[in-house]
Amino acid sequence: MQDGGIVLSMRNIGKEFPGVRALQNVDFTLRKGEIHALMGENGAGKSTLIKVLTGVYTLDTGYINIDGMSKAAKIRSPQEAQSLGISTVYQEVMLCPNLTVAENMFIGRGKYSFVNWGQMSRRAKKILDNLGIPAAPSQQLASCSLAVQQMVAIARAVDMECKILILDEPTSSLDEQEVAKLFSLMRELKSRGVGIVFVTHFLEQVYEVCDRITVLRNGELVGEYKVEDLPRVQLIAKMMGKELGGLSEIMAKKAETGEFAGVPVYEAAGLSSAAGTKPFDFSIKKGEVNGFTGLLGSGRSESVRAIFGADRMTGGRVSVNGKAARITKPIDAMKLGIGYLPEDRKRDGISADLSVRENIILALQVMKGFFRPFSRAKAKAFADEYIRLLGIKTASADTPIKSLSGGNQQKVILARWLLTHPEYLILDEPTRGIDIGTKVEIQKLVLKLASEGMAITFISSETEEMLRTCSRLIVMRDRRIVGELNGEDMTQDKIMRTIAGEAPDNA
Amino acid sequence: MLKLKETARKNAQLLFPLVSLFAIVIINLIVEPNFFSLELRVNNVGNTVLSGNVISILDNGSELAILAIGMTLVTAASGGQDISVGAAIAIAGGVVLRVLCGNEASPDILHAPIIYAFLASCVVAMLFGAFNGVLVSIFKIQPMIATLILFTSGRSIGYWIGGGQIAKISEKQFGYFGGFIPGVPVPTPILIAVLCMIVIALVLKFTNLGLYTQAVGINEKSARLNGLNPVRIKLLAYIIIGFCVAVAAFIKVSRMSTINYSSVAQDIEMDVILAVAIGGNALGGGKFNMAGSIIGAYTIQALTVTLYAMPGVTSESIRFYKALVIIILVVISSPAVKSALEKLWAKLFPKKSPPVKEALV
Repeated sequence: MQDGGIVLSMRNIGKEFPGVRALQNVDFTLRKGEIHALMGENGAGKSTLIKVLTGVYTLDTGYINIDGMSKAAKIRSPQEAQSLGISTVYQEVMLCPNLTVAENMFIGRGKYSFVNWGQMSRRAKKILDNLGIPAAPSQQLASCSLAVQQMVAIARAVDMECKILILDEPTSSLDEQEVAKLFSLMRELKSRGVGIVFVTHFLEQVYEVCDRITVLRNGELVGEYKVEDLPRVQLIAKMMGKELGGLSEIMAKKAETGEFAGVPVYEAAGLSSAAGTKPFDFSIKKGEVNGFTGLLGSGRSESVRAIFGADRMTGGRVSVNGKAARITKPIDAMKLGIGYLPEDRKRDGISADLSVRENIILALQVMKGFFRPFSRAKAKAFADEYIRLLGIKTASADTPIKSLSGGNQQKVILARWLLTHPEYLILDEPTRGIDIGTKVEIQKLVLKLASEGMAITFISSETEEMLRTCSRLIVMRDRRIVGELNGEDMTQDKIMRTIAGEAPDNA
Repeated sequence: MLKLKETARKNAQLLFPLVSLFAIVIINLIVEPNFFSLELRVNNVGNTVLSGNVISILDNGSELAILAIGMTLVTAASGGQDISVGAAIAIAGGVVLRVLCGNEASPDILHAPIIYAFLASCVVAMLFGAFNGVLVSIFKIQPMIATLILFTSGRSIGYWIGGGQIAKISEKQFGYFGGFIPGVPVPTPILIAVLCMIVIALVLKFTNLGLYTQAVGINEKSARLNGLNPVRIKLLAYIIIGFCVAVAAFIKVSRMSTINYSSVAQDIEMDVILAVAIGGNALGGGKFNMAGSIIGAYTIQALTVTLYAMPGVTSESIRFYKALVIIILVVISSPAVKSALEKLWAKLFPKKSPPVKEALV
């Protein structure tokens, strides 16, 4: 690690929105050749700070100094930020999927109207090889994996001679191998003296790759720490502003759950769907929390979508509470007491322009029927009840859901399904991209609901989280169930062995 | 206080259409101080009726307002517009004439009760609406392309349905719907438009039409996972606009007692779409404001009437002046100007301190 000079210093940064003080007196320092984690819960001000730095927002107070220049830098637009050597790679890749890799690397950068395709392609190849990115310049971007797309975005930034690279939650949709590839790329850039700001919710990753951590809370600076000086528990405590007692509580609660008796709430035999799951058997009983685990693309989401009728069913038999049932579309499942929180909140979950209230009542309203709308008062009462119950942070029930933070949006969708009082609730990645505090809250809630008799399927990319909450794990590989683990078999090691096909006693 | 604020915020969308309408009225008042004057006079069939500029705007804007109701729903649910409403009016009008006149060009007695003609045209117009709806919802064709088919062919279809002739109805009663009912001084189209508004207000209040169309228009995938059937809801929106077309066509035919298939309701689709846009509705679908669209419709009608009253504006040149005013309206309401105005406002009236501290970012 070359501990070079300071490449970026932000001092006294303040930013206000109508009625909201998003940032207040925040300092941030980035050195050459360092990977610096920016941590905080949802709503702590990470995104705002980054948007100020990249010129999406203009700051109200404070100044930004870049590369030790004597004058404060003026960043009024993303273009200006770019010309100062600040590049950003967002969670969702912001490139053009239908152009080639090379085109994506050079688009919008030329000063001239003419393109020398041959030269562009050669140059792209050189950069890709140099950084060890497994993509061909002439390949269409959409045909690359998400990780490679992200790397292409980074390569573009590197070629623009960026001194400051901001990675905003780059790993949330990558699997472990892809994350490893991304990290080696980050280390490579670090050795070249690029300062990297790394925003993530994954604590593991912070400790794996970062040198320093800056923690924000409620728009204010908590402090800057060296990674080795800040153990995990302390980091969480600093982000939340309180000691973390929830996790041990969860473990204690889970221990109480024993065997499950009675008729399965939901049972499927040979179920398969148009989305390409292989026929599978599955059943869940009252009060049980089970999980589907497997690598990204193993078919865990497709399986639960098949259960809910989100994809067309192509075969199999289903029974609910012992009675044969037909689920061909979501409303069938809903009427049988099944709820489903989808994996991709933005794409499948929220109705962005509708209010929090409308988002909460939507599912129940649809079940009630076209000609029987809830009165305004009733809808408001429902919304207020769940806003309080789940601690949803929103200005009011009439606020559009899109202006809430990710974690709070997720709570709204959770509220939507809790309001329907399902007997069986499917939660696909309910904790993705949300802060650790809310994660713990959701896990606690899951166990509480189960103890009240709800059957729950809980899916998470973080195996640790599933081990904490589930009493049974279904392991998938290549859209097929390859094993089922419970009791003492539920360990990280066993899961990996089962995925790899090395657990003969279970499969 | 809080409630007042809430109402104000919710109706902020109405501000722009109201201000535009107001501005047009002010201009009229400057040019013609008696703009608002109403008078009772006896018309050529011996009825005592109200007349004046305002009445004329409301009367002639009826079809526009009725169509704007349907267009708002279509826009919200399908994220696109139905450009075939003018042509569909020719079809619905053709049905009315055919049912009433049969194969005669100018019958002495009507072949069927007027209500039958109206109901028949409703059924036909709703079927054609469903045709558009199927193309949009099941075949997932972009609304403008899907409705382009009927836009192109509708006037010919209307001509065929009408029996290939231009029939004329001399029955006095038939003229009531586009003119006056004896003893009622208000033009009937105004009453029909008000009736339509009451109906849609009740439908929006006592059904989930509003919530469902918006949910589908904002996020179809999420709507489906919440148990909605987006295909059915889009289809419903197109069938509703079909009904609106039938009502508008009925008024149009009644006004003239006949129909000119090639020119009836010409270009009305553009005025209707514009009404929806002026009403502050995103043409990309999603959230909608019905009141805004209706005010938008009357704004456009007021503009047309105003321009005709201006010295030097002829029927040949009116389109240019109309376009001129519309570009001003649209630019003023554009996001760029809006944010610039907001900034100016913030500069002129700087806020002391924010009342709440809530990080929503």
